[in-house]
Amino acid sequence: IHTTAQLKMDFAHQLLVHVRDYYVTLPLCYQNHHPPLSRPQLSLQSRPLHLLWRVVSTVHDLCMEPVHLSWVLMIIQDHALTVSLFCFLPFSFFSLSLSRARCRSLMQTPGGPAPASLKVPSHTPYLLIGGGTASFAAARSIRARDPGAKVLIVTDEPDPPYMRPPLSKELWFSNDPSVTETLRFKQWNGKERSIYFQPPSFYINAEELDGAENGGVAVLTGKKVVHMDVRGNKIKLDDDTEISYDKCLIATGGVPRNLQVIERAGEEVMKKTTLFRKIEDFKSLDKVSRNIKSITIIGGGFLGSELACALGRRSTEYDLEVVQMFPEKGNMGKVLPEYLSNWTTEKVKSEGVKVISEALVKSVVCKDDKLEIKLKDGRLVKTDHIVAAVGLEPNVDLAKSAGLEVDSDFGGFRVNAELQARSNIWVAGDAACFYDIRLGRRRVEHHDHAVVSGRLAGENMTGANKPYWHQSMFWSDLGPDVGYEAIGIVDSSLPTVGVFAKATAKDTPKAATEKSGTGIRSESETEDTAISPVASLTPAPNVGQHKDEYGKGVIFYLRDKVVVGIILWNVFNRMPIARKIIKDGEEHADLNEVAKLFNIHDD
Amino acid sequence: MSYCRQEGKDRIIFVTKEDHEAPSNAELVADDPNDPYEEQGLILPNGDINWNCPCLGGMASGPCGSQFKEAFSCFHYSKEEVKGSECIDNFRNMQECMQRYPELYPQEEDKESSQAEASSSSVSAAPTEGSALPPETDSTPATSTSESAVSSDSTSLIDNQTAS
Repeated sequence: IHTTAQLKMDFAHQLLVHVRDYYVTLPLCYQNHHPPLSRPQLSLQSRPLHLLWRVVSTVHDLCMEPVHLSWVLMIIQDHALTVSLFCFLPFSFFSLSLSRARCRSLMQTPGGPAPASLKVPSHTPYLLIGGGTASFAAARSIRARDPGAKVLIVTDEPDPPYMRPPLSKELWFSNDPSVTETLRFKQWNGKERSIYFQPPSFYINAEELDGAENGGVAVLTGKKVVHMDVRGNKIKLDDDTEISYDKCLIATGGVPRNLQVIERAGEEVMKKTTLFRKIEDFKSLDKVSRNIKSITIIGGGFLGSELACALGRRSTEYDLEVVQMFPEKGNMGKVLPEYLSNWTTEKVKSEGVKVISEALVKSVVCKDDKLEIKLKDGRLVKTDHIVAAVGLEPNVDLAKSAGLEVDSDFGGFRVNAELQARSNIWVAGDAACFYDIRLGRRRVEHHDHAVVSGRLAGENMTGANKPYWHQSMFWSDLGPDVGYEAIGIVDSSLPTVGVFAKATAKDTPKAATEKSGTGIRSESETEDTAISPVASLTPAPNVGQHKDEYGKGVIFYLRDKVVVGIILWNVFNRMPIARKIIKDGEEHADLNEVAKLFNIHDD
Repeated sequence: MSYCRQEGKDRIIFVTKEDHEAPSNAELVADDPNDPYEEQGLILPNGDINWNCPCLGGMASGPCGSQFKEAFSCFHYSKEEVKGSECIDNFRNMQECMQRYPELYPQEEDKESSQAEASSSSVSAAPTEGSALPPETDSTPATSTSESAVSSDSTSLIDNQTAS
């Protein structure tokens, strides 16, 4: 027999578990970076959620006696959190009248293709072209704001919306041999999730969209929009089906660029080349990398470096040589100032990657079933397979038929600050060249931007008329010891000011701990010991660069003395401060004073 | 002492903990809490619910979105003494709907949730500046806290919490 209190506790517990599962690990929360898997920490962006969870669970432990509740609430500073706490906790009082349904939680089934629809609706109020992150974020936004909204997503991929970052990060570190099928990865909080934003049961069938009383989101997979008639408010698919719309979002993303020398090199070379973007690319690269002796990544940016590190980690296990080559002097050469780029390159090398910098590819030929890459300086690299990570070409195929403007500087569809291209047409994600009120016209190819811009587009499609204002961020990890988060314009051609915590004898990084059950080396090699304070005071311009340890710090990117970009180097949970500084757009006389706001010495 | 060097257009400063001890004199612009451009929290300045708050995840947009919105709205605007007591039907509808989609709205057994909670307890990293939340304790399943549930001595619970 359960006591009243027991029933209350049970339901509250259920509710809390639900809150935790649904809110704390919500799919779009992936926008919040998590530090290298060896050192999980909370991102401040998700702070209210986690505070909510912690507070709720604390109150749960205290049996929700009112006196405890008020004590706990005093501690919470976030107003919205306080209110939401008030809202959610009293649900427990209804536990007595609601039956306890204790279903075993089902493992999320791998998101297969959405059920093939036989009859596509001829009209949809909301049409989203493209089935990626921006599109999904917009769908969610529309549904939240327009009750009963009917949203149709059309994608040429076979898969429903999924998140891309794990394809070049977490999925490679998984211990699970069936990861290429399940596409599940372990998050920073130890919980596993699928790369799909939602399981198939979230979506409704396209043919049911019209009749759905409460609306829903339908995904039409394997269909390409080939023509857009703006005057008639309708599109045509590759199977000649026409669908009219009231409001349309173009979130077509982009297609990986290739090197011309590879395109011209013939089919033999193309067969041994991977352009990496989608799930199928991940699957095929995983397979290929297990069966060859040498792989070469061309490109030194985010994707190239992440894949190089991921494959580098496999290099000993699979007897695989991993080479990375790029024209810049160091990894992330277009993003990080030279000293940091050089330092990062050393880190990449220690991940087992053979880095060839200042490499310009002159030709690629296939000889004796091996690829021979000839560089302009004469060097020759023999390899079994190439991964080209040399940028993204935004997909503006519809610009012609739709009569939409394409930006000549940044590529992509040109839209205003509210992400609008024409009256009923918005663009979000990689394909959007938009006006950023603070930073000027730009086009951003990052996950969080897809989320932020998708959401905003969805809001504006439902009447909000808000400009792009909340700055998106991005992140990258290079091995278990180096992770950074960035926001704004982070271009290495800008003057920078970097403020780093001076390594002292005490400052040895902690060894990686519990959350490393993902197959990564479970202990990070402690970094080379810190330089002594004495040594650092004697400036030795030639040698100093290599002796300095850029363990953690903050780097400001300046344009006309105003901070337009910030990198948080191995310091986490500080993105809101960085966002604020960019938003202010002030000239600061002493950036060291600004750096103090980040408390870089605290962990 | 901080140490500074210039490499072309890039300036590099190394600072010790002591260097950064004095409070910053950098000036930040005061935020306007009613700025319409800013991301809103769960409750809008006019008192309405922000259904698009990221904190709600997919609750307001999924298959049970309308049931959730009805239940939560009813609760939010309820003026009853026991807030939301007139909303039981709405909550029931919501729960019934959610039970039809166990994939989306998982309801775990205690055993599973204790496992998951053990791993999620490390979620709670040290709180950041200002928030003095009690040290992390594993949220144990309801059954094992039955003693504390029954206990009516509120003071001792506070003490236990802070002491642990």
